[in-house]
Amino acid sequence: MTQRFPLPREGREFTAVEGVSFSVGAGEFVSIVGPSGCGKSTLLGLVAGLVPVTAGRITLDGQPVSGVNPRLGFVFQRDALFPWKTVAQNVGLPLLFRGVDAASAGPRVAEWIARIGLTGFERYHPHQLSGGMRKRVALAMTMVYDPEIVLMDEPFGALDVQTRNLMENDLLDIWAQFRRTVVFVTHDLEEAIALSDRIVVMTASPGRVKAIYPIDLPRPRSVTEIRFHPDFGRLYETIWKDLKDEVRVGYERSQKSLPG
Amino acid sequence: MSEARKVSRAEIYLWRLGLLLAFLALWEVATSRGWVDPFFVSRPSVLAALLAEWISTGFIFRHLWVTMQETIIGFLLGTVLGITVGFLFARWEKLALIFDPLMVALNAMPRVVLAPLFILWFGLGLTSKVVMVISLVFFVVFFSTYTGIREVDRDLVSNARILGATPGHMIRHVLLPSALTWIFSSLRTSVGFALIGAVVGEYLGSHEGMGYVISYAEAMFNATGVLAGLLVLMAAVIAIDLGLKRLDRRFSYWKPVR
Repeated sequence: MTQRFPLPREGREFTAVEGVSFSVGAGEFVSIVGPSGCGKSTLLGLVAGLVPVTAGRITLDGQPVSGVNPRLGFVFQRDALFPWKTVAQNVGLPLLFRGVDAASAGPRVAEWIARIGLTGFERYHPHQLSGGMRKRVALAMTMVYDPEIVLMDEPFGALDVQTRNLMENDLLDIWAQFRRTVVFVTHDLEEAIALSDRIVVMTASPGRVKAIYPIDLPRPRSVTEIRFHPDFGRLYETIWKDLKDEVRVGYERSQKSLPG
Repeated sequence: MSEARKVSRAEIYLWRLGLLLAFLALWEVATSRGWVDPFFVSRPSVLAALLAEWISTGFIFRHLWVTMQETIIGFLLGTVLGITVGFLFARWEKLALIFDPLMVALNAMPRVVLAPLFILWFGLGLTSKVVMVISLVFFVVFFSTYTGIREVDRDLVSNARILGATPGHMIRHVLLPSALTWIFSSLRTSVGFALIGAVVGEYLGSHEGMGYVISYAEAMFNATGVLAGLLVLMAAVIAIDLGLKRLDRRFSYWKPVR
């Protein structure tokens, strides 16, 4: 599958991703890593149906993606919370959109707010919460309608390391409990190894699949503990060898201020 | 700022009051000693007496009420129209492209000069003033709605789509709330414009309202009447502005305090 965007001012097209092909099994946790500007986020936007694909096809259960799929969840890089709504209203929004009546939506919202540890904050507005709390709300907002596939676009990138590790562990707990398919985009290889079943390494722009690695570390995992597992270092070294050239190329390109 | 010596609020108020009193005293003395002719600049004591008379006879409230009616009706209609058209333009790009030059041209037109035409078309009564107010308020609200909706956070729109929003949901839960913050930030400007529109309309042709009071006093070479009318308008604007500040705080509860 290939995605190009027109660059009207330069009279040519920018190829974001090219010839990308891989599949994700049901209930699998797959991470996509690659240098910045390699089209990782573009890829997720295509899978989510936010942008129509230029060439090739994307299928969910054999059905080609055309437009936004209601069985799909998306956690954005910036927590895309609605600033004029409270925590409870934000979490309940997808249910409202889906026409779930208030009587049955209420308990589900309360349940998810409790699960992310924000009971008592229901009536707070996003600007009153810390970055970690907002991320939890974004996660609850996605999980509350029980999507079968969850796409995550560098969701924890903006958090400090401690908060980030807590969030990663929470995510693993939720994933272990619900066993939803997760496609997780990150530029942090350690995070990808700690979380995933498989890692897709992308090349610098235009993004292609460079390699796919299975991560055979034992589960259940704790992101803070798994780093000391003897195989962790081996996996990191192998994948990093692949990734570092791409990071260098990506960095040099970005210095020349290419689009993307 | 925090490093600087804190000036107490009371001290500032005392300074303001003192300067105001000094100015009034100078004015009073200058006109009673004959340094300045009170025919042109009136005199504080005479001004105060006239204001007291206007208030005690209720004369001024009748005229103020007329002006307020025109301002409020025009403001509400102009706002609704501005939001509607701004919204349509933001949603249908073709519409915006076609009518953009027209909007810019209409907005560039000096409305004050148009007032006599409005009076010619809609008569000396309330309607011509309301139209005048609409013509001023509409553009302020239109441009802020248009920008507000175009500047809406892309991620929020994408998120709403993913979460299953229908076009109706999108308008109600994403686009309008986002535009409202812009509209509210321009509210104080548009209310000021509304009042100006009403007064200018009255000033140029009417038989009641604050603009009429001022223009009548002017025709009589009555400087005291003109100044008293201006003072009443000033007080009205300050009162409205204070009210709007409160309203703005109520509606922007979700914004971080800056």
